Amino acid sequence: MDLARIVATFARIGILNELQYRANFFFQLLESAIGLATALIGLSLVFRHTTALAGWTPAELLVVMGIYGVMSGIVQALIQPNMLRLAQDVLEGKLDYALTKPVDAQLLISIREWQVWRFTNAVVGLFVIGWALLWMQASVRLDQLITFGIALLCGVIALYSFWLILATTSFWVIQIESLINLFEGLFAAGRWPVSIYPSWLRVLLTFLVPVAFAVTVPAEALTNRLTGPTLALAAGVALGLFVIARLFFRWGLSRYSGASA
Amino acid sequence: MLQLFDFYRAAMKQAILVQFQYRAANYFYMIGMIAEPIIYLAVWSVVAATQGGAVAGYDAGAFAAYYIVWTLVRNMNIVFTPYGWEQRIRSGELSGVLLRPLHPLHYDIAFFAGWKVVVIVLWLPIAAVLAWLFQPTLAPTWLEIAVFAVAIWGAFLIRMMFLWLLGLISFWTTRVAAIYELFFAFELFLSGRIAPLALFPDWVQTLADWLPFRWTFGFPIEALIGQLSLAGLLGGLAMQAFWIGLGLGLVTLVWRSALRRYTAVGG
Repeated sequence: MDLARIVATFARIGILNELQYRANFFFQLLESAIGLATALIGLSLVFRHTTALAGWTPAELLVVMGIYGVMSGIVQALIQPNMLRLAQDVLEGKLDYALTKPVDAQLLISIREWQVWRFTNAVVGLFVIGWALLWMQASVRLDQLITFGIALLCGVIALYSFWLILATTSFWVIQIESLINLFEGLFAAGRWPVSIYPSWLRVLLTFLVPVAFAVTVPAEALTNRLTGPTLALAAGVALGLFVIARLFFRWGLSRYSGASA
Repeated sequence: MLQLFDFYRAAMKQAILVQFQYRAANYFYMIGMIAEPIIYLAVWSVVAATQGGAVAGYDAGAFAAYYIVWTLVRNMNIVFTPYGWEQRIRSGELSGVLLRPLHPLHYDIAFFAGWKVVVIVLWLPIAAVLAWLFQPTLAPTWLEIAVFAVAIWGAFLIRMMFLWLLGLISFWTTRVAAIYELFFAFELFLSGRIAPLALFPDWVQTLADWLPFRWTFGFPIEALIGQLSLAGLLGGLAMQAFWIGLGLGLVTLVWRSALRRYTAVGG
């Protein structure tokens, strides 16, 4: 119960902080609009030349794009800012302030930043998904919605764990710019279903970088492609990555000696 | 003129030495950049395969060649970012630059040109690995290689000056992020970065001919992978020369009025 209260308190403070900068909302909206337009033009360019991409119709690919938007909104609002702050704190020796608090260190470093305007991308993504479902005239069943929710949750956990592993490397090397560059480059692969990639790359995007589970699996849930074993595998990978990330973070922490005088 | 030549030689040499020290950071950055063309390549390879092997004259091998050469051209395209101007103005860094005897454009061009030499050297092993993975069809003639070697530097100069112009907007307003985002979105499509321009509708290709973007990106790539006739090769170089001239004129003009708006505080 205490944990929930701590998260809620940090969320409230973070949101209040961001609400001061209301103009940022409009810039974020503009940015999301440009991003959406870019994605749609790219999609229409592909479908000028073909009617289906590796078995996915235009409407189904729109679902993938929408989920990519939802995921990147969550990552940009919550995961990435916290992980960058972790790397920055290690660099500046400020992590001590977090470590001396009587709460689990990993929890605390994961909830300090709330860039709420960045959720705009997630909202736009939800609209895109809705639009795609209308276009397909799909009637989504309740059990589909539930598996979609589970798949989405697994995806968020997997992406969080992957980012935590990246950010934990800061205990050894500081490469903040490269971290962002690397994550965004790899995550962009999620704009398309992983089945379009060559097999060696598909393995990489499934197990090493969890793009497949973060975007493709939820999309499969909504387009009647998801099988039980795949969902189980997604849950297993999310859990496994989470455990690995936690152990790695603790190991990194044990090497951290602070930088204060 | 000779003095300017000496300056460029010294400044480029310095940039080369500095950037070779940061070869690990440079490598990290270049490798992070490779994801983007590989994604495009994967998409278009699948499209080509479902359309009987080729779309708009590109088969899998030609797409592979396009996007591997892409990685070098993209690196040549990196110049002083327009977002950097706000920092230059706010921090007062600009005041120091203004005291130097040459136009500040020279310092940026020389620094980035030196850096490019390092980038080209570091790029060669990356290109070898990509070629092994994706099997491009690439058999350029000597003329195509020569045009490419000139065109990547032309591309560098054009993009340098147009991003400089974009950055100079910071002298008038600091709300620039939206303008830049829009510029980069147009560039993504009209330059040939997201896909070869041959895949676009005719009107887009005509539009792209009359804008600077394609001459900084698609043209050098097409020149090397053998998509252009002799007239296309030479005409492209002429277009590059035209845009370099126009860019220079515009920079000179805008820089003069930008400076009139600049006041420095403090000593």
